[in-house]
Amino acid sequence: MIEIRIHGRGGQGNVAAAELLSIAAFKDGKFSQAFPSFGAERIGAPVMAFVRIDDKKIRTREDVRHPDYLIVQDENLLETVPILDGLKPDGLILVNSEKKPEDLQLKTTAKVETIPATEIALEIIGRPIPNAVMIGAFCTITGLVSLDAVQESIMGKFPGRVGENNVAALERAHEIMQKR
Amino acid sequence: MLKQIEGSYGVAEVVAMCRPNVISAYPITPQTHIVEDLAMLVGQGKLDAEFVNVESEFAAASVVLGASAAGARAYSATTSQGLLLMCEVIYCIAGMRLPIVLTIANRAISAPLSIWNDQQDSMALRDAGWIQLHAEDNQEAADLHIQAFKIAEETHLPVMVCMDGFILTHAYEPVDIPEPKEVDVFLPSFTPKHIVDPRAPKGIGLYADPRFYLETRYILHRALEKSEDTIKKVSSEFSKAFGRDSGGFIKTYKLKDADLAIVSMGSVVGTIKDLIDQLEEEGKKVGLLQICSYRPFPRQAIYEALKDKMNIVVLEKSVSLGRGGILASDVRWSFPRAEKKDRNISSFIAGLGGRNIPMEDLRYMVEKVEKEPVELEFLGLKKELISDKDL
Repeated sequence: MIEIRIHGRGGQGNVAAAELLSIAAFKDGKFSQAFPSFGAERIGAPVMAFVRIDDKKIRTREDVRHPDYLIVQDENLLETVPILDGLKPDGLILVNSEKKPEDLQLKTTAKVETIPATEIALEIIGRPIPNAVMIGAFCTITGLVSLDAVQESIMGKFPGRVGENNVAALERAHEIMQKR
Repeated sequence: MLKQIEGSYGVAEVVAMCRPNVISAYPITPQTHIVEDLAMLVGQGKLDAEFVNVESEFAAASVVLGASAAGARAYSATTSQGLLLMCEVIYCIAGMRLPIVLTIANRAISAPLSIWNDQQDSMALRDAGWIQLHAEDNQEAADLHIQAFKIAEETHLPVMVCMDGFILTHAYEPVDIPEPKEVDVFLPSFTPKHIVDPRAPKGIGLYADPRFYLETRYILHRALEKSEDTIKKVSSEFSKAFGRDSGGFIKTYKLKDADLAIVSMGSVVGTIKDLIDQLEEEGKKVGLLQICSYRPFPRQAIYEALKDKMNIVVLEKSVSLGRGGILASDVRWSFPRAEKKDRNISSFIAGLGGRNIPMEDLRYMVEKVEKEPVELEFLGLKKELISDKDL
């Protein structure tokens, strides 16, 4: 079973990112579970969302505490929330940052990747919502969920222009990560 | 059709297929998505029902009471403080034998304020004369609603379908959503036995002086006990019609040869099953008895399933303050006095106010009760947060 923990702030589409990954995994023929860990919901507050993907039915209801993958939508949370807690030593952390991975100086043996998701989102979507870029980068790096399935999931959840813009952001992230 | 869907939306879709005539609810976290979705379906003309907006849960319960008394199939959903605010009407609905279905998105109770999951809310209303069914996952949550209308209308008893707030209501997972016509075949349209009708005036739930009141409670108690047959029958009809097992009285997992039996209800049984598999690989025989129908309480079924188990532990997400475990107390009562001797029934309270119940804590619980019985323990209690002067 693969476990993913998404960290971000309320308003960055953390819960939506978890939902979209789970729907895409389902479309790929896998079992998946996504659920949020809310505080009192408000814009700007630290939020976590969890995704599990497996080849068999997922029964456990625990929070994800030992993730294989971390997706961090707000770089500043690295200083305020114990984000690396429980990350598997051979796991991966993807951070929304303009910095190079090594410049984040994270204390982990896990692989570190970065992408300037807010900048890309502002350019393509026109709003600082990084989730589509982060998912695009995540899927490209890990190959865990197919990009086609994510695109379908985005268009299913956000039909029309909003969906199209998010798919464009997803594709841009895919191109950037492929070049690396 | 199998869909990757949020638990709340799965429930809303299925409730709509049950064709309620009247829905009334007041939004409250974490029930909100269910009623939002139903309101949308009514607004879009996809569900032919009267959606009555109200100013409180007390009003919502009163609206469905009135609607049901007038012969409508009526539905509401709530949680926590909302359910407590409904309390007075909840008792009336049962006393009037109105077959209303109410979803409880189980949540903790104030004070202090907590929007997160436990089961103290439905537990507080356990003695009100309602059937209470608990869902293990979102498939069962959806399925139980289809069964609930049938059970309610056949028994003339109201049914609460309890699903853990956030953990189920906000979880995306695969749910097989039936076709509307399949639900139509399974659940015929509602033909009320008695209706309040101005053309033939009649009152219900009016007044019972000391010559009659006691009998009304006896009848309600017996009716709830007797609903066992209907709950089992409907669950078995459901299996035949939809090809999967959902609901019923109790369910067991690897219990037969187990040296230790865990008793629990709601979504935490999923984590418990994973633990049982892990322990099995390590050579330990642990089994699960999962309660689906909490009211009526499956006393006989529990006794039959656990009579050869001398080590039992009950894990629950509620507490009777000043008394201890409620489910534990019910399970202890399920054994005849002579058989209580030498049988260890431990009681653990966990997950209150949304506290995560990790596998490690469940493993600790199992290891502890293997050594000695535990009268009462709050699992995962942070002793460093409690000082003597608080107690």
